[in-house]
Amino acid sequence: MSSVSVVYALLFYFATAVLVAGVVRKIVQYAKTPAPLKIPTTPAPVTQGGVVYRMAKEVVLFSSLFKSNKWIWIFGWMFHFALLLVLLRHLRYFTDPIWGWVALIQPFGKYAAFAMIIGLAGLWARRIVVDRVRYISSPSDHLMLALLLGIGVSGSLMTYVDHTDIVMVKAFFTGLMVFDVNSLPTDGLLLVHLALVVALMIVFPFSKLLHVPGLFFSPTRNQVDNPREKRHVAPWAAKLDAQED
Amino acid sequence: MADFETPEMKEVLSTPKLSRGATEHVSPYVAKPDHQEKLGFPGELVENFEEVAINKMGDLLGKYRGFRVFLDSCVKCGACTDKCHYYLGTTDAKNMPVARQDLLRSVYRRYFTFSGKYFPKLVGARDLTKEVLDEWHTYFHQCSQCRRCSVFCPYGIDTAEISMAAREILDSVGHGQKYCNEIIGKVFKIGNNLGLPEPALADTLEGLEEEIKDDTGVDVKLPLDQEGAEVLLITPSADFFAEPHIDGLIGYAKVFHAAGISWTMSSYASEAANFGMFIGSYENMRRISRRIRKAALDLGVKRIVFGECGHAWRVAYSFLNTLAGPWDFLDPKYPVPQHMLELTHSLIQEGKLNLDKSQNDHIKPTFHDSCNVARASRMGNKPGGQFEIPRAVIKSVCNNYVDMEPGTTHEATFCCGGGGGLLTDDLMEIRVKGALPRMEAYKKVVENNGVTNLVAICAICKAQFTKVMPYYGYGMDSIMSAHQLVSNAIVLPGQGEETAEPVEASEA
Repeated sequence: MSSVSVVYALLFYFATAVLVAGVVRKIVQYAKTPAPLKIPTTPAPVTQGGVVYRMAKEVVLFSSLFKSNKWIWIFGWMFHFALLLVLLRHLRYFTDPIWGWVALIQPFGKYAAFAMIIGLAGLWARRIVVDRVRYISSPSDHLMLALLLGIGVSGSLMTYVDHTDIVMVKAFFTGLMVFDVNSLPTDGLLLVHLALVVALMIVFPFSKLLHVPGLFFSPTRNQVDNPREKRHVAPWAAKLDAQED
Repeated sequence: MADFETPEMKEVLSTPKLSRGATEHVSPYVAKPDHQEKLGFPGELVENFEEVAINKMGDLLGKYRGFRVFLDSCVKCGACTDKCHYYLGTTDAKNMPVARQDLLRSVYRRYFTFSGKYFPKLVGARDLTKEVLDEWHTYFHQCSQCRRCSVFCPYGIDTAEISMAAREILDSVGHGQKYCNEIIGKVFKIGNNLGLPEPALADTLEGLEEEIKDDTGVDVKLPLDQEGAEVLLITPSADFFAEPHIDGLIGYAKVFHAAGISWTMSSYASEAANFGMFIGSYENMRRISRRIRKAALDLGVKRIVFGECGHAWRVAYSFLNTLAGPWDFLDPKYPVPQHMLELTHSLIQEGKLNLDKSQNDHIKPTFHDSCNVARASRMGNKPGGQFEIPRAVIKSVCNNYVDMEPGTTHEATFCCGGGGGLLTDDLMEIRVKGALPRMEAYKKVVENNGVTNLVAICAICKAQFTKVMPYYGYGMDSIMSAHQLVSNAIVLPGQGEETAEPVEASEA
């Protein structure tokens, strides 16, 4: 077994730990921080079921973004849903036997890579071409797109141009899951692809990728519009009341 | 008229090319020590302001989930960049909502995130300096907290929340805004934003009673501090003296009179406005709100009704129960609080008001959805009632209603340009420029549909448009109160000669 395999095994363990611990820490932090006032952007649902529907529209259809800007919406939605398909397709490298539905989406997942690349390229083009978006972009915004695009392109090259030994790759990952380090093929493309994925996993909890958990905790979207019917008081605010009485 | 140019009105919803620093010179007066201290803030900029400000930011991060989530979540997609009326009116890049947030987010990243601590350049993080504070003072007072950007953000990031937090931090280091803080001090001392004491208020109300008597021949009362009344009316103090606000107040009085509901105002809580929200101070907002609770208890009323005011309705509808509740001593048959338009609307539905629409035939109105009513509150039982109820009331007292361009009304309405604590002369340039998108939409209905008046349900909108519409070539009396139209159309029992049928709804 090559030292590359050991290095990559360690990298994946480290990245997974950072990703999970980092995101869990953030989720706990968001969940623990109170929202002392009712601030849903209205018109807002008046029932909890309505909020679930509103959130589902935001998460699945990006409905606010759709209202806002059709170009960002089409590129953004295309990228995210292609990425989802691609990720699901990749489950085949982690389970043995391959789950039926994962096998079923395999062809869609393969082509989704193109949609993902087009979406990312569109978003990047806007970042460069539209004066307003260029103004608000910092180096990290470009790097993030570069990283994702790098992952998409290197992955597609392996799918369509220069195959790697996929059986060996699968053995490597299924091995990692039971703390058993197997050999990884040493093709350049694969190593680049995996290194970029490791980088993405590590930056996730420290970057704007926190919009993923953030969306679910956004009080302007997830609160029920019922302040007159139901008194809403945060613990720290209740203390102010207690001091007075 | 002024040392700046009024922007040229173009197509509705057109987006200008950005420029840098176009309104960096427009910054409001800094609060004096006296204004600051009354609110519990340091009088002057404290020496260790960096430390104090960062501690305050940490405090807010722990208290407000929205603040933390909004600072973390922005992906700089650009969806909000063309949504702010101040950006559209000034073209200043820092008036794009995301750019405005970044003025604070850059500091948050530097002190509170791993990436900002170790890779500040990469993620656009920066230290908090006096220059940064000054920049905050400038640009967080070029935000009217109208929430239009929040509607369009895929994560619901609300710049109003960021701007409130920024102002709270500025106050905590002794660098507040004169206009808001001075006014809050007046509420604590006297009971209203104007500093109108009880005798002056009583005198004003008496004058209005005489005016109504002269107009209609009917004795309509505007009671003050009347114990045992059913309804406590809380209305913005501008309703007591400013035009067209006062015509709205006359309208409320006529509605109460016609419906036979006993009501009163309070000299102690003679203010619906709550500028504590503008400065992001929970404590100050709460302290102002609890004056209403005390007044309701002291006067022994059964219901609380709010007059026409946008941010006041937000605080009333969304926050009053939180800040000053529970309201278990009031009549549970009615929502607490109730909006004057909800009340008038239900009276019209029940046929309890006699209305002569033709009295408004010389007026062709359009309706300006006030931002805080549209995007931060509700009226009635259904989502969106805040759009339907005012329009329904206007249509039942007026024959010629016209709506403005979709995309500039309802939840996408444009701010008047003077909300959020910006209604002060030292910010006139930003107020005029911020009104541009609304004026463009208004111009279109004036030209295409012959609209004659803009109707608003907010004291700030009314005061702002009175001042700003002349810059765009419209008379200051183009702006009207919704209840002014009601006042025109209502036929009081005992008024004139048509009083044979007293309380019958007229569909004329």
